[in-house]
Amino acid sequence: MATAHSRAAARLTMSPAVVLLLGWMLIPLAMTLYFSFLRYNLLMPGQEEWIGTLNYQYFLTDPAFFAALGNTLALVGGVLVLTIAGGIGLALLLDRPFWGRGIVRLLIIAPFFVMPTVSALVWKNMLMNPVNGLFAAIARGLGLQPFDFLAEAPLSSIILIVTWQWLPFATLILLTALQSLDSERLEAAEMDGAGAVDRFIHIILPHLARAMTVVTLIQTIFLLSVFAEILVTTNGGPGTATTNITYLVYAQSLLQFDVGGGSAGGIVAVVLANIVAVFLMRMIGRNLDI
Amino acid sequence: MARAATNRQKLVVTLVAWTIGIVIFFPILWTALTSFKTEAEAIASPPSFLAFHWTLENYTEVQQRSDYFLHFWNSVVISVGSTLIGLMVAVPAAWSMAFVPGKRTRDVLMWMLSTKMLPPVGVLIPIYLLFRDFGLLDSRVGLVIVLTLINLPIIVWMLFTYFREIPGEILEAARMDGAGLRDEILFVLLPMAVPGIASTLLLNIILAWNEAFWTLNLSASQSAPLTAFIASYSSPEGLFYAKLSAASTMAVAPILVLGWFSQKQLVRGLTFGAVK
Repeated sequence: MATAHSRAAARLTMSPAVVLLLGWMLIPLAMTLYFSFLRYNLLMPGQEEWIGTLNYQYFLTDPAFFAALGNTLALVGGVLVLTIAGGIGLALLLDRPFWGRGIVRLLIIAPFFVMPTVSALVWKNMLMNPVNGLFAAIARGLGLQPFDFLAEAPLSSIILIVTWQWLPFATLILLTALQSLDSERLEAAEMDGAGAVDRFIHIILPHLARAMTVVTLIQTIFLLSVFAEILVTTNGGPGTATTNITYLVYAQSLLQFDVGGGSAGGIVAVVLANIVAVFLMRMIGRNLDI
Repeated sequence: MARAATNRQKLVVTLVAWTIGIVIFFPILWTALTSFKTEAEAIASPPSFLAFHWTLENYTEVQQRSDYFLHFWNSVVISVGSTLIGLMVAVPAAWSMAFVPGKRTRDVLMWMLSTKMLPPVGVLIPIYLLFRDFGLLDSRVGLVIVLTLINLPIIVWMLFTYFREIPGEILEAARMDGAGLRDEILFVLLPMAVPGIASTLLLNIILAWNEAFWTLNLSASQSAPLTAFIASYSSPEGLFYAKLSAASTMAVAPILVLGWFSQKQLVRGLTFGAVK
């Protein structure tokens, strides 16, 4: 039983973590919020002045913002659809007995451990490059014209790269969930004459619903902040074709030195992420038994 | 009859699964193969798969042209350092939440997780400016600090879920026998929690090793870990496929092996036990 003594000890042992995280969250966030109301350019030191919500007005009415918002949604949505659909397929496949299942499983989860800068460079140069890339070589071998992926379809190409990185995560989570499905239920349904499609729609999919929600929410948090893949492959271009919100804020603040405008963008990103986070926290909170 | 049918079915599934597995793994395999080619063979068209002159020259040249081992060492220091510091802070916190839960423990846990939802770009500018003013830009210390803080919520959560599976009576018995708090954590809890702590350590080293947003923005030549170092190969003058492949292979291989070992913990750690 917890005593007054152990309660005091609990507070004491918890405090370093709490203080650190509180500092990490409050200090920079308060600074970002403050900067977002200033005219603040790193190239013009000493000329900071309070300009109210002007940074927000500029940021939110900038055509680049709408492009970035659209790109962010397309990137998050596209990768989610592809990884969840692909993940279900792969999970069903890996759940069946076949020779070398353990090895295939390792091959499929491998991309998750490849650092984003490596995966971006490998895809950009060695696979998608229209001159030296492997895809171009295959296209020429088939008598086709090589396709310049990152110039002709930049956003789709980045979606493909990011999907490759996240498909293992979705597969692993969905496979874990699938393996907890009671096989007797499936056998009983089969005896009752339910076909494979019926079993999938009425038993397997509902069973995977929770895992699908978890995958959606966790991936969304990470996908909203995709950065290295864009920096290394396209630098946000051509134009703003592959600029997402994260990249836009980075470009505005660290490339154009506009701290005020960048900060307003940062706050907008925080608000967007929080809308998603609220759902995620509810999900996980419901599952937590304390 | 039925046996033959299932065997045939198993053969088909085997073929399909291996094909998909190799297609997904292919970019990694191709990078590893290219790292053993000469630059001329690396860009040759049509490309050769195995019938090329195997060479190790790229591996030695990567080190000679730029101090590869410095960046490798930076990655080790930053990922291991931030994980160890994180563990030191998180073990006591997770102990108290798992064994002395109060009314607000649940709220504290959820709040900690919420800091993980904060998009990095929302706090990039202040961190960048603070680091500039404190001389922490392009320093390993700075990166260790940031990575410790961004992974701390995950470390606390993972440890918490592992600690909760340890029966509290054992700790109480130790306390009855006169063990102080420090002894209770060090000599009773930690030995029992070794598998859980090891998983936490592994997963967080992987996450920190591959973290790219902060390392790209806060490091330059001296403190750059492999994530940032590899990105320097994207400049046109650095574009040598075979050397890029050798550097990439060396950057990915150790963490890939760690990842394969800890795939089960990955599910548990990243979903906070919400999927079993």
